[in-house]
Amino acid sequence: MRTITNVSRRGFLRQSFGAGAFVLGARMLPIPAAAALEAAVFRPNVFVGIKSDGTVLIVAHRSEMGTSSRTSVPLILADEMEADWKRVKIEQAIGDPKYGDQDTDGSHSVRSFFPVMQECGASARTMLVEAAAKEWGVPASECKASLHQVVHTPTGKKLDYGALAASAAKLPVPDKSQLVFKKKSEYRYIGKDFPIYDLADITHGKAIFGMDAKVDGMVYASIEHSPVLGGRIKSVDNKEALAVRGVSQTVVLPDFKPPHAFQALGGVAVIADNTWAAFQGRKKLKVAWDPGDNATYTSSEYKKQLQTTARQPGKVVRNVGDVDQAFASASKTLEAEYYVPLLAHAAMEPEVAVADVRNGKCTVWAPVQNPQAVQDTVAAAIGIDKKDVICNVTLLGGGFGRKSKPDFCAEAAILSKQIGKPVKVVWTREDDIRFDYFHTVDAMYLKAGLDSHGKPSAWLQRTVFPSIDSTFALGITHGGAGELGMGFTDMPFDIPNLRAENGEAVNHVRIGWMRSVANIYHAFAICSFADECAHAAGRDPKDYLLDLIGRPRNIDLKAQGVDYPNMGPIETYPVDTGRLRNVIEIAAGKSGWGKRTLPKGHALGIAAHRSFLSYIATVVEVAVTPDGKISIPRVDTVVDAGMIVNPDRVRSQFEGAAVFGASLTLMGEITATAGKIDQSNYHNYPVARIHEAPYETRVHIVETDAPPAGVGEPGVPPFAPALCNAIFAATGKRIRELPIGKQKLV
Amino acid sequence: MITLKINGATRQFDGDPDMPLLWYLRDVAGLTGSKFGCGMGLCGACTVHQDGVAIRSCVTPVRAAAGREITTIEGLGEHPLQQAWAALNVAQCGYCQVGQIMQAASLLKTKPKPTDKDIDDAMAGNICRCGTYQRIRAAIKSAAKEQA
Repeated sequence: MRTITNVSRRGFLRQSFGAGAFVLGARMLPIPAAAALEAAVFRPNVFVGIKSDGTVLIVAHRSEMGTSSRTSVPLILADEMEADWKRVKIEQAIGDPKYGDQDTDGSHSVRSFFPVMQECGASARTMLVEAAAKEWGVPASECKASLHQVVHTPTGKKLDYGALAASAAKLPVPDKSQLVFKKKSEYRYIGKDFPIYDLADITHGKAIFGMDAKVDGMVYASIEHSPVLGGRIKSVDNKEALAVRGVSQTVVLPDFKPPHAFQALGGVAVIADNTWAAFQGRKKLKVAWDPGDNATYTSSEYKKQLQTTARQPGKVVRNVGDVDQAFASASKTLEAEYYVPLLAHAAMEPEVAVADVRNGKCTVWAPVQNPQAVQDTVAAAIGIDKKDVICNVTLLGGGFGRKSKPDFCAEAAILSKQIGKPVKVVWTREDDIRFDYFHTVDAMYLKAGLDSHGKPSAWLQRTVFPSIDSTFALGITHGGAGELGMGFTDMPFDIPNLRAENGEAVNHVRIGWMRSVANIYHAFAICSFADECAHAAGRDPKDYLLDLIGRPRNIDLKAQGVDYPNMGPIETYPVDTGRLRNVIEIAAGKSGWGKRTLPKGHALGIAAHRSFLSYIATVVEVAVTPDGKISIPRVDTVVDAGMIVNPDRVRSQFEGAAVFGASLTLMGEITATAGKIDQSNYHNYPVARIHEAPYETRVHIVETDAPPAGVGEPGVPPFAPALCNAIFAATGKRIRELPIGKQKLV
Repeated sequence: MITLKINGATRQFDGDPDMPLLWYLRDVAGLTGSKFGCGMGLCGACTVHQDGVAIRSCVTPVRAAAGREITTIEGLGEHPLQQAWAALNVAQCGYCQVGQIMQAASLLKTKPKPTDKDIDDAMAGNICRCGTYQRIRAAIKSAAKEQA
């Protein structure tokens, strides 16, 4: 994986881009990248083309949901190619395996595609230089590419990329082994701040999100789903719905077959000539449901089950030394239980998709993180071949993991096939909250045995949560190695006797990955418990944390028998405690830990966590009023994410992660009663607003030549424990359960 | 028949007078800059101006907007806030930003030099799930300085 096909020009031209798919006249929608690239005279590979006027077209094959992947990934190619960014046009790719992985998830757009973009850029540049050398009849070694031109160094002669495109197109694409890459010192864009490509369109209301997709002849649909996952329709009365002005018909969608994965949920769709009419018609529907087995699911009861399980031995997933013996000889033991509820993504743009099924093909326009999954899902939903699903990716109004699950695209496709018209499925906010693929609930139990110096000689940790894997397979009752490897089995403390266990849990809702996934609850519990141990030992939490982590080393989890997928090759991305220590030390310095004079009621808390191959330490300053109201005046976050492409966009991701962290720590909670989700909109599933968010987040980026790691997600996990540790320092109240919202602090 | 004045142009609408202005703007008038986020006036993504004041178009029926001057992002013109937004790279996903800018533009009309408290009070109804608040605050202050 992660190799590109350097398709020859002939091979490239042979490829079909399903031209018939675009005849629809997609008003207000950009032309798909492949079609746009057809206008280029020079196309050395699938990611780049040059038009005769010199415009460089770069394909963004990753989805833009706010992380800047649509800017920062093409920027790598532009830099290596010596293209003038002002003359670059970004074209969004449709879903197509020829681009490699398009699942914009797991914080890996830069890390996985840095080499690919470099290779494509270097290849184009080499051919342009070769073309100029031929034109001038000089050796290529005397020519140099520089900002959209090739320069003959001895004479100073210059040719623009546009003038060279046609002749470069006649040259063979060089083999990768022949490519010479720019040195870091020669980077023109990488490492500098760049605004996102779509910024002006966004601020002027011209940017096209999925919600803005519109094609000729389109009708609108709103769908009533079973309030309980897996419920079945008993009866439908659509009489009043059909009486609503603008409503044309209702359609019963097929039930999904477990495991649900990305299938359409089923239900009753109301079709209308505008969104509002569809919503109104749906309100008038009378549907009786047989709720099915998941009606037994009530969060308050389920929580007790998870907590009971966490108090008992579970499946051992990491074991070092002899914990039981060490507990017996410890001078002091500590125990604590932690709990994090279900959470919803609640991206600002609800789920929405346009699908047009005709002539055995389906064209989709949607805000999706994974257009290839749309191809698979839609193909399965309407019984066509994957290659006949053309998925156009719009901008995403937030994703956070939710929009990598294209159930809503399957709905649009099923309806379009049935009705014979393009259909836009629009979810309400209530649909978004109630029918999310929730971030899972988790109960944890921790126990430490401290020696006479207050250092743990024994450490037991248990985590109990229904697994994301249960969304995709039946009978799953334990966490997957991937989930357990997110801050649990790779817990970095240097403790001679250590055991990690995972208890059993059965799932009742759709659960999925949300920004930083299992790291959220694992980091919350482990980094909070480390702080508890520090206070029990009478030590400074930062110094104690460094002692817990121990000397700089690479932790060999494989040698300890741990099934640890990491998120990249362990040789390239070891679990390096030296880098973790480093970010903690910098965070302490930058935040004035132990030195800064704080106003009354203010205190600092610290936490550090490695996730998505990046090392993050966060210090939160909290202010607690005498009546227990919390505000967050300042956050200092230190980021070691390896080499950085676009520092401003890294800072923005960590600023945003602090706000996302504040939301889930202070107020985020989804619950179910008899299988139905109790929350529905931002009034009862609040997220942080401007006055509740951290007032200022200072992001400090570690300069390093280490390979690029993740940026979008790893800022989230350390926030909750850092805030809760700060609250303990300010009030003496230990938070072991999220959200803080309903708990009394003073 | 309802007569609407949108971005200076007069439009006639003979559909459901209870249709929220947002859906009229988006589905009927083809002005998609204003966004749908919650449908309950909770998130501010749909913010437009009515006679110069920020309102939530998702909970404003078309009939209530009749005869009033409605301004959407498409009719805002080039505003100092948009320049400040660009200079500070405020947007992440960008979906809420039109609503944020419309709300902030309304704020600056009444409070040309807003304090932090003024900004909190005026902007608390506009959610940004990406968490760009820090830059929103800075951009409002920067635009206020430019305007002075």
